[in-house]
Amino acid sequence: MKLRIFPILLIVFFITIFFIFYKGLQNSNIYTPVVNIEKNIPSFKSKIFSTNEKISSEQIFKGDKFYLMNIWASWCVPCRDEHPLLMILSTQKNIKVIGLNYKDNKEKAKIFLKELNNPYDKILLDENGTLAIEWGAYGVPESFLIHNNKIIKKIIGPLNEDLLLEIKKLAE
Amino acid sequence: MASLIGFYSLIFGLCVSFLIILFSIKNFRNSNIFDNKIISLTFLQFFLVIVSFLSLILSFVKSDFSNQTVFNHSHTTKPLFYKVSGTWGNHEGSLLLWLLVLTLFIFIFLLKSKEHNKQYRILTLLFQQIIIIGFFIFVIKTSNPFNYIFPVPNEGLGLNPILQDPALAIHPPILYLGYVGTSIIFSSTLAATSLNYISKEWAKHIKQWILISWIFLTLGILLGSIWAYYELGWGGFWFWDPVENISLMPWLALTSLLHCILVLEKRLALTSWVVVLSISTFTLSMCGTFLVRSGILNSVHTFANDPERGLFILIFLFCLIFLSLFIFFFFHKTKNKDSNSFFWFSKETSILINNWFMIYFLTVVLIGTTYPIFLEVISSKKISVGPPFYNKLIIPFLIPFLFAMAIGPKLSWIKSDLKNKSYLILFLIISLLLSAIIIKSFNINFLINTILVTSAFYLFFITLRDFFIKGFKNLAQNLTHFGFSLLILSILFNNIFSTEIITNLKIGETFETDKYKINFESIEQKEEQNFKAIIGKFNIKNFDGNIEIMKPELRIYNQPNIVTSEADIKTNLLVDKFMTMNLVQNQDYFNIRYQIKPFMLWIWFSVTLISFGGLISLFKKKYEA
Repeated sequence: MKLRIFPILLIVFFITIFFIFYKGLQNSNIYTPVVNIEKNIPSFKSKIFSTNEKISSEQIFKGDKFYLMNIWASWCVPCRDEHPLLMILSTQKNIKVIGLNYKDNKEKAKIFLKELNNPYDKILLDENGTLAIEWGAYGVPESFLIHNNKIIKKIIGPLNEDLLLEIKKLAE
Repeated sequence: MASLIGFYSLIFGLCVSFLIILFSIKNFRNSNIFDNKIISLTFLQFFLVIVSFLSLILSFVKSDFSNQTVFNHSHTTKPLFYKVSGTWGNHEGSLLLWLLVLTLFIFIFLLKSKEHNKQYRILTLLFQQIIIIGFFIFVIKTSNPFNYIFPVPNEGLGLNPILQDPALAIHPPILYLGYVGTSIIFSSTLAATSLNYISKEWAKHIKQWILISWIFLTLGILLGSIWAYYELGWGGFWFWDPVENISLMPWLALTSLLHCILVLEKRLALTSWVVVLSISTFTLSMCGTFLVRSGILNSVHTFANDPERGLFILIFLFCLIFLSLFIFFFFHKTKNKDSNSFFWFSKETSILINNWFMIYFLTVVLIGTTYPIFLEVISSKKISVGPPFYNKLIIPFLIPFLFAMAIGPKLSWIKSDLKNKSYLILFLIISLLLSAIIIKSFNINFLINTILVTSAFYLFFITLRDFFIKGFKNLAQNLTHFGFSLLILSILFNNIFSTEIITNLKIGETFETDKYKINFESIEQKEEQNFKAIIGKFNIKNFDGNIEIMKPELRIYNQPNIVTSEADIKTNLLVDKFMTMNLVQNQDYFNIRYQIKPFMLWIWFSVTLISFGGLISLFKKKYEA
């Protein structure tokens, strides 16, 4: 009997391992870059989209308010998709939406906003894309939720309903 | 065109497999003479895979971007050498290489085993064909290297620059020779077990295959390690990265198999050990392939992740495991019960002790590598197991292991005694004193260090003594054990005496410690064929007045657009000086790492010595027989 039990145990053992590996395969293991959570926002100077006035980061992001900085461009198709959600966010009292217009043609950007409305409290200009690099952005669109001069959430890619709810919750 | 030929050769190769199986079964039943047609067919299969492989190389050389593999991994501006090595630097091509070695080895096996039993040869071939068919289907179905793209792109995506390195260009073929060599051991053991063919002669014959795989595996691991040291720029040679562990596990199993087969050859004992180890060596190689190719683990080796591939290898792997379990439990008979109980003070016992240690090391590495997968599946927590885990579990056990390695070969077979063994104690005292002096004089007073260094020195002196006393007798064994003691000593001293300076410097600035003065003199730019280099010039003044110029590089590759840091390494007999520089984002200073790493050269040298010992053993047996 002793000899019989051992092979069966071994087979059960290997079947278990098989299923664990099988399950493990279904977990995606694609590297997600480490998100710059709780990092201080970079300090920078930029121009305001409408007036070309110079403005510094300290003047934009003040104290304990919540800001959502959204990197966008008129040539970016997913930006169009997420725009209605930004419009909803802009009606929230406790969140201010700041735009960063990324490597864009100013006229086209104006048309874009005319067409879809303007959710932004302020729009900053990033004509050559250096500002976005300083923020550690990967591309457009991308949004950063900022509180007390710290990035508390970074969203790569367009916003969706779930993310919108999450942002609202974080800002409460 | 080349892709077409390559693809159809593969299909034909698969068909030949079925022909071989058909003929083999017929031959197995009917006649008493081995049918030479089978050998020709095996050669045909090998030839077809070679054609397929050459056409892939040709597509790479010609930069034929209608081939998807070439498009994904090559670029016109790449030097020819890396175009060719790019063939096996990717998933599809490397599997084709697996297949090539699989068919090559079974062909050689058939040629070299003529004096053996016909049924044994055919059965080995059949088991090997099961593996070959599995890989054929895997290549054709999930990772076809000859996929066609239309419209044809003008330019390829390029080879990852960290793979553009001479050591890495030959690392996969060498490693594969080792990995795939274990498949022959696997098939042959299964065949011998089912036919009850395990004998001293069989042991002698399979020992050569074990040695060949072992030599290549050792060299393959060495090359991978050299690559990591020179190219990754982290200043280390072993990171306990999953992929490194995966190559280490079959090595450990193979090493203990090598020792077991010696006992089998001499005394026809430990047969169960040999069977189990042969099976586990190959399944561990396959398991490694699964873990790397499926993307189930994260590591420095980033192959394209594809669950379908993973699933295929997983199912295939477990089929092989169950097949071998079935054969083991139903066919394996221990021939001689009392030949497995040894006198406690004998060579056999010491080899058995060695095996248990090896199995322990193997288990530690296996658990460390796969535990994150288990934990994630069971509790969806992500962890990574790092060097501290391995260091804590392995290093203490190295001490008795090293002592056993020193004393074991001194014992005689069957029964040994303590006569004329007083020198063993003498050497122990010498080693203890020597290491105490070294550890004390450098003020690193940890007990564990002293004992470790003692045990390594002990093995070192005892093997060294044998060179003088025994000369060429037992040279192979003595050389590998000597090499191993040298390896452990070099690694220990490397760990204990390494120093490192990390600082940020602008051009013209100087950084000073009590021992070194580092001056960042200048930078210059250089255009190369497929990258732009930024070369820093550093002037390092030693405390004893020696001046060293170091020129680490940053390389900006054009295709794909990746920045790599090329370390400047000044190597001499005793010490490596290692410097890297890195860009700090949006700042005009560079991050500088300067490391002094003693005995690096000796690490490479000792591993070469170890595999050289294997080589001697391989040839020695040949002319004795």
